[in-house]
Formats: sequence, structure tokens, C-alpha cells
Amino acid sequence: MSASDISVETLSLPQSGFWHRPGFKRFRCHKLAVFGACGIALLTLACVFGPMLLPYSDTFIDIRQRFAPPLSGPHILGTDPLGRDLLARLLMAGRISLAVGFCAMIIAMAIGVCVGLIAGFYEGVIGAALMRFVDAMLCFPSIFLLLAISALIQPSVPSIVLLIAMTSWMEVARVVEAQIRSLKTRDFVQAAVSFGASNRRIMFRELLPNAIAPIVVAATLNVAHAILAESYISFLGYGIQPPTPSWGNMLESAQSYLTRAPWLAILPGAAITLAVTSFNFAGDGLRDTLDPRMDLS
Amino acid sequence: MSAFLLRRFGQAVLLLLIVSMIGFAILHLAPGGPMSQFAAGGEMSQEDLDRIAEQLGLNRPLPVQYAEWLWRMLSGDWGRSYRDGQPVTAIIGSHVGATLQLMATSTLLAMLIGAWIGIVGAIRRYSLFDSLATVGAMVALSIPTFWFGLVVIYVFSVWLGWLPSGNRYTIGDGSLINQIHHMIGPVMVLALVSTAVWSRYMRSSMLEVVNQDYIRTARAKGLSQRSILIRHALRNALLPMITITGLHVPTLLSGALVTETVFTWPGMGRLFLDSISYRDYPVVMGILMFSAVLVLIGSLAADLLYGAADPRIARSG
Repeated sequence: MSASDISVETLSLPQSGFWHRPGFKRFRCHKLAVFGACGIALLTLACVFGPMLLPYSDTFIDIRQRFAPPLSGPHILGTDPLGRDLLARLLMAGRISLAVGFCAMIIAMAIGVCVGLIAGFYEGVIGAALMRFVDAMLCFPSIFLLLAISALIQPSVPSIVLLIAMTSWMEVARVVEAQIRSLKTRDFVQAAVSFGASNRRIMFRELLPNAIAPIVVAATLNVAHAILAESYISFLGYGIQPPTPSWGNMLESAQSYLTRAPWLAILPGAAITLAVTSFNFAGDGLRDTLDPRMDLS
Repeated sequence: MSAFLLRRFGQAVLLLLIVSMIGFAILHLAPGGPMSQFAAGGEMSQEDLDRIAEQLGLNRPLPVQYAEWLWRMLSGDWGRSYRDGQPVTAIIGSHVGATLQLMATSTLLAMLIGAWIGIVGAIRRYSLFDSLATVGAMVALSIPTFWFGLVVIYVFSVWLGWLPSGNRYTIGDGSLINQIHHMIGPVMVLALVSTAVWSRYMRSSMLEVVNQDYIRTARAKGLSQRSILIRHALRNALLPMITITGLHVPTLLSGALVTETVFTWPGMGRLFLDSISYRDYPVVMGILMFSAVLVLIGSLAADLLYGAADPRIARSG
């Protein structure tokens, strides 16, 4: 994502001025990607190291300071109905929410890449069967599927991670399958076949490294999706269970205090939006940067 | 055309079969399974549990249960609610209207606003408006729907006092004005994501069309910019939007569930959530299958309408 690969000044458009400069689109994409990357770094650092620097623990109950509004006293972002420091809770919740997002992404990618790789490589019956399974899974609206399963299992952090991964690998499988199918016809694969390379070697050593760009993009966008999914089911009461804080379950209780303490609802939601926007921007920027066929005209 | 129709239909039926297997498997293979609600209290003896399993047919091999369940689903018997004994189809039927009303209104709104944003963005490409629309759409896609709902309630109901904070109408006042007044909030929330999606696709579709040869021809004929845009470009740019709308159904349904929860809207999404908390398997299963069928209908309709609108597709299909 360095600025050095921007070399689009050769094109010229009739308009002039800053907003019409030909390189603006690339520039803008990069700017957003940079914003996304900074947002991710900042949030991660804040959630990892922030709680150690704060004077209050996220579990410290100060009953005299209940419902303190932000910027009004010792608690910078105010307190919740039990008088717990909201900033400390936000950062601790961020650890959980971001970790759930990352872990769910890794598992979803592993499933999605394997399914896509196998389906794309062995087209025929296996490929068709796998891809019809993907199509069928995508027929269920994601929240319905998440909720239906989450209601059946004992909610815990690992089970929520698995659950989110199990319902979000399908898009990845589609992307990888399409990529592998088109790569398979290329000369370097033919060469590997004629050298007598095994199927597994062709799949993992030849095809997969060449499909890495869309996989990286999909992985970044998948984290955004996973964080959002966690917040949805936690908000609805079937995700991460209190007392473990997550951005989603902090909002669950906030709805009843909307009149009295709106900051309880606004701040965790803003944190989710910031995190998800960052990952989406980063993913989009990566897509534009990594795609050599990116349309610049 | 009929061959194309038939093939699409066959694919949809096959997909529905796989969908039903997945749905059945999820509920029966998950830890607990349908019996868990009876076993949970620990008050029933094993004999009682066995008897219930026998009565509900839960002790037979899974494939047999599946075949029987599928047959009953197809013949319209979706079982009865564990909660109040009502037929599942009747329960879903009494809630689906509220959800469809919300979905249809917000889709219509999203189409109009999103298409406008997309068209203006494509015409004035890289302008300030275009950049703001791009960033705005990305942010809109990242905002959790329920949080946006809470913000809308806070701003318009708590703070300004303009809108009601929930329900479909004020009890005792079922007038149309009252109903529309109650719809503004949830529709606004549900339309946000759809508007963002529409504006993005409309923009790129429009950009693709204005680079085509026939637009250059129209321009060479000396047609006015307005006439080129509306008569020639927009008509063709709208074609792919049929597909987008059809494929947007799952997102819309998920959004509707959350919106209904925040605005206490008595629709299918809220019913689903209530049924889950009661472990009301037949209703959960019914809604899960029903929503999957809606999604399938959406994509099938998109294909067929696209085929009807674009003669090139139908012939080659």
C-alpha cells in the first residue's frame, strides 16, 4: 500500500481542479485504505494496552457514580448503571469483539479456501455438489441461521467464534472457486501437470499462491463481517454473555436506558462502526491495490 | 425461453431440497435437538421422555424423519407450535404481512434514493458529491442496523419527539396516517443498507453503459444530454439492478429481523426471536425454511425478469 505505485498521471480528463485530477481515484482509494489500516492499528493497540493505562478496572463497581455522563468527572466516557467506567468496559469489550472477529475469520477462511480449492480443482460432480451446498447455505439469511444455531448451543466465546465462522465461509468459497477455475487453464498449471506433480502439490503449491490476492481481500472483509455478526447476535442476547463484555452485549442493556443515559448506546455502537468501517475500507483499498486490472479510466 | 425457464426452475427445486436437508440437519443434529426443551427441566422421567419422543416421532431413524417432515412440509402441514398449539403456517401468515410491508416500502425508497445518488455520482464522476457518496455508502454498510435504529429512536423519538419509538400503530387508532407515522423510523433504518448497495451498483452500471458505442451514436445524432441519459443510458443501466434487487433479499430479511426487534414491530423477525427463546422448534424451522424460500424466489424472479427484460439472455440460455 505504498504511494510509489501510483503512476496514473498519464491519463487526462477534460475537467480540471483538485477533485477531477485523474489520479484522484487511486489516491482516494489509498487514502481510505490508509484510514482503514490506521483505524485497525489504533483500535487494536487501544484494546490491548489501553486497559492497563486506565485508573479504573472494567469490573470496578462505583455505586455513587452511577450514570455519570461523559466528560463530567473522573470517568472520561461516563459510567454505566452499575457505576463501572465505560471507557474501560469499551476497551475490554473491544478485546473480545476484535478477537472473535479475527478468530472467526481464520476459521472461515480455512473452510472457505479448502472448499473453494477442491470445488474449483475437481470441477465435475464433487465441484458441483460442493458449490450447490454453498448456494444452499447462502439461501438462509445470515442472522436467521446464526440465531437458529446459537439458540441450540451453550453460548461461550469459542462456540460463538465457531458459529460465526460456520455461517460466513460461503462467500470465500465462491471467490476461491472462481479464481481456481480460471487459473487451472493457465500454462504454468499445464507445465506442473506435465512434470508429474501430484494434485495436492498443484493445488497448494501452484494454484493457491496465485490466488492469494483475492483471498487476502476476502479475509479483510470477512473480519468486518464477523465483528458485525458478533454484535448482532450479542445484541439480540444469543452471543457473548455478560459479565464478559462485548460491544454487542453492551448495547443490549443500553436500549432500556436510552432516555436517561444515551451515551451507553451511542459509544459502543460507534466503536463497532469504527472497527467495521476500518476493515471494510482496508479490504476495499487492498482490492484496488492488488488487482492489476483495476480500471483507472 | 421455455427451456431457460424450465432449467432455472429445476435448479431452484434442487436447491430447495438441499436447503431443506441443511435446515433439518441443523435442528436435529445440534446438541440438544428437539427433545432438549422437555429434558431441560429434569423433572420428567426417562419413560415420559421416551413416550414424548415416540409421540412426536423423534425416536425413528433420521432419514425416515426427514422424509416424513419433507412430505408434510410439501403438503402444507408445517406442524404446530410447541407454545400455543397453533398451526405454524397460520402463525407465520399472521406475521409475514408486517415484515413484507416494511421490506417493500424500504426497498422502494432505497431504489429511488440509491438510483438517484448512483446516477448523479456517475455523471459527475470524481466530484465532491461522488466521493462523499462513495465514503457514505461504505460507512452505511458498516453501521450495525440495530445501533442505527437506536440512534434514530434517540434523535427522533426521545430528543425531538417527532416519531413514535415502536409498534405498528397506536392502540385504538388504526388510521392510515398513524400507521405511516409509525413506519417512518423502521423504514428509514431498513432502507439505509439497501440505499448504499443500490447507489454503488447503479453508479458502476451507469458508468459501464455511458462508455458503450450506442451512447456515442446517440450523442453523434445530436440528442440532448437529458434524452441520452434517460432514454438510452438509464434504461440499460437499470437492467442489472433487477438482479441486485433479487439477490438482496437475504440481507433485507436479516435487516428486517433486527429492525423489528429495535422498533417492536410485530413481524416475522420478532416472531422468530420469540420462538427461539421459547425453543419453539416447529415455528423456528418454519420461519427458517420460509425465509430461505423467499430468498430462492428472489433470485429466481431476478433471473426470470432479467431474461424477460433482456432478450439476449433468454435466447442464449
